[in-house]
Amino acid sequence: MVDTQERPASAGPATSTAIAVNGGEAVAYALKQIEPEVVAAYPITPQTLIIEKFAEYCADGLVRTEYINVESEHAALSACVGASAAGARAITATAGPGLALMFEMLGVASGMRLPIVMHLCTRALSAPLNILGDHSDAMAMRETGWVMLSGSSPQEAYDLALVAQTIAEHPDVMLPTANLVDGFMVTHAVERVDVLPDDVVREYVGEYEPETSLLAEGSTATYGALDFRDYYFEHRRQQEAALYRSRPIVEQALKRFGEISGRDYNILEPYRMEDAEVVLVLLGSAEGQAHAAVDAARATGLKAGALRVRLFRPFPTKAVAEALSGARVVGVLDRAIGFGSVDNPLLSDIKSTLWTQSNRPLTKGFVYGLGGRVVTLGQFNQAFDELRSALESGEVPLEPTYLGLREDGEVSE
Amino acid sequence: MTLKLRDLTLLDDGFESGHGLCAGCSESVIVRQVLLALANEPVVALATGCLEVSSTRFPDTSWKVPLIHSAFENAATSASGIEAAYKALIRKGRMADRPMTFVVFGGDGATYDIGFQWLSGALERGHKFMYICLNNEGYMNTGIQRSGATMLGAWTTTTPAGDLVPGKPQWRKDMTGIVAAHGIPYVAQAAVHNWKDLMTKVRKAEAAEGPAFLNVFAPCDRGWRYEPEDTMAVSRLAVDAALWPLYEIVDGAYKLNGPRHKSKPITDYLSSQGRFRHLMRDREPGVIEDIQANVDREWNRLRVRCGLEPEVLEKTQV
Repeated sequence: MVDTQERPASAGPATSTAIAVNGGEAVAYALKQIEPEVVAAYPITPQTLIIEKFAEYCADGLVRTEYINVESEHAALSACVGASAAGARAITATAGPGLALMFEMLGVASGMRLPIVMHLCTRALSAPLNILGDHSDAMAMRETGWVMLSGSSPQEAYDLALVAQTIAEHPDVMLPTANLVDGFMVTHAVERVDVLPDDVVREYVGEYEPETSLLAEGSTATYGALDFRDYYFEHRRQQEAALYRSRPIVEQALKRFGEISGRDYNILEPYRMEDAEVVLVLLGSAEGQAHAAVDAARATGLKAGALRVRLFRPFPTKAVAEALSGARVVGVLDRAIGFGSVDNPLLSDIKSTLWTQSNRPLTKGFVYGLGGRVVTLGQFNQAFDELRSALESGEVPLEPTYLGLREDGEVSE
Repeated sequence: MTLKLRDLTLLDDGFESGHGLCAGCSESVIVRQVLLALANEPVVALATGCLEVSSTRFPDTSWKVPLIHSAFENAATSASGIEAAYKALIRKGRMADRPMTFVVFGGDGATYDIGFQWLSGALERGHKFMYICLNNEGYMNTGIQRSGATMLGAWTTTTPAGDLVPGKPQWRKDMTGIVAAHGIPYVAQAAVHNWKDLMTKVRKAEAAEGPAFLNVFAPCDRGWRYEPEDTMAVSRLAVDAALWPLYEIVDGAYKLNGPRHKSKPITDYLSSQGRFRHLMRDREPGVIEDIQANVDREWNRLRVRCGLEPEVLEKTQV
């Protein structure tokens, strides 16, 4: 199916092959092309599409990967930690409660500076039990030291799966990286996905060549030592510095990916932002509804725009500030609740980013789509209506608006 | 290859002195015996515990072999990942095929309790690795709390000997038996004082085609309340009393390595340690008899599994 002919260097974008797959299978296809030494995973909805498809590749001998069918998600990431420290490229995938069970190991992976890649099929956290999509899980890992990328389509899930690999393993980064694939809205959506030839992917991701490893000849490396009050602080600071250092490397990785694929990505995805005064900021798969709402608002004369955050961690403060420099009212869409916080997670990031800017725009929080609640154009139209009122009155209520929430027995559209 | 003490003293054992383990601790002794017995290059995975915090304090390490400590409960899974990496890197031609042995050291807390699931998963999947349980019958690193390996009646800081409850109310888990039920090729019990038996078992474990498990009795002078110089004597008493028989299960077949007969009543063992002092002092006959009954029951069950006659057991005089 895929063209594997040799391609001269600097030949421009490679010829992609169009396939019709869901987001989960698109990620699995990327894994097949990357052919990591180790995949360790535990099945959980909606991630199962990835690992079942990849298990087929293993069973058919299409990859030389060791596929560890672990007994829990904690073990999935634990096995990746062992494998990565041993010098192997190690990948896992999970969702919601699985990520919650992994939590201890998220910090172990980043603290040990192991470039593990995780495909997080975003899902609601329990209780109540809910298998559907929202960003509660992703928000819970946002301060565990991982680079976090977020896409909005099966195509982007595939593309970022490749990009994530090169960011994580960059010698100046060496940090675990998560590819956020929205549960169901992306994992289970069948779309056209343009896949690159195997050799082009192989050239792009290269091989993982760590400076040191447990299996290197003559190795006496100790991974995961005990730090006391004399070193822990310095090591945490170094880890933080590496995470911030990754920002330009993410930009380079996306640029390099654009050169081979013809798909130009950056750390932010602006839509009609050139002269936008009223902007909706969001993360993930509700981009289509956001764009349609922007178009609808524009049709009524509002200078509307949308800004999707592709690089969520480290948060691209400078780029976001620049992108919002002309805005007068910014609405932020959170698909998670930050219980007890001043603001929900994405709004909090945006407000902090804007605080140091002169001519700060007004900000307004929205919560939407929890537990797979259907996200409609009407909800985002409502958001723009509220932002328009704020623009006119110069005032915004501090409380967020809950879009599509049934408060009085009716679902608002 | 025969094991001669004279030869062994000349070898570099891979574990440096200067670590922070207590005087009298079993663990460094066991680690040295294990590392000395290995034929292949080792990679070591540690669970959180005394050994780990005492031997890997940055910027120092006592280990002259590659080592990883990941978390408390998942050392068996560290080994799973390393073994998988080893196989795949060789398969892809990215590293030379050279014989290596993946060794896990975990305490009884890491093995019997918090890491039980991780160990079981790794055994069931059949990774080729060797798991050494340093069994000192409690959470010593956090301050002598009870574990699933702690004996009935033992004082610990979470099972104090009070007026109502005389120490730990429960017997102990048969972890060696539980591991054996996974059907792995090599399972054994050993003890710190019998170096030759332990090292022989390490070699068999290394040669096994699949997972191997050694449950090694590791008396703890701080936690068990005896003098540091008595570690080997306490370990020997446990074996003589058949409280900790030495045996192995090779491809399902049981073999007893010692003692040949139970030669000491349990009271000799109990009176050697301060953690049982309340039982002896307060004459807790019910508890001591229960301990003896448990020991005798397990001992005869093991003898039968090893194809031996059960021993005629005299009622313990308390």
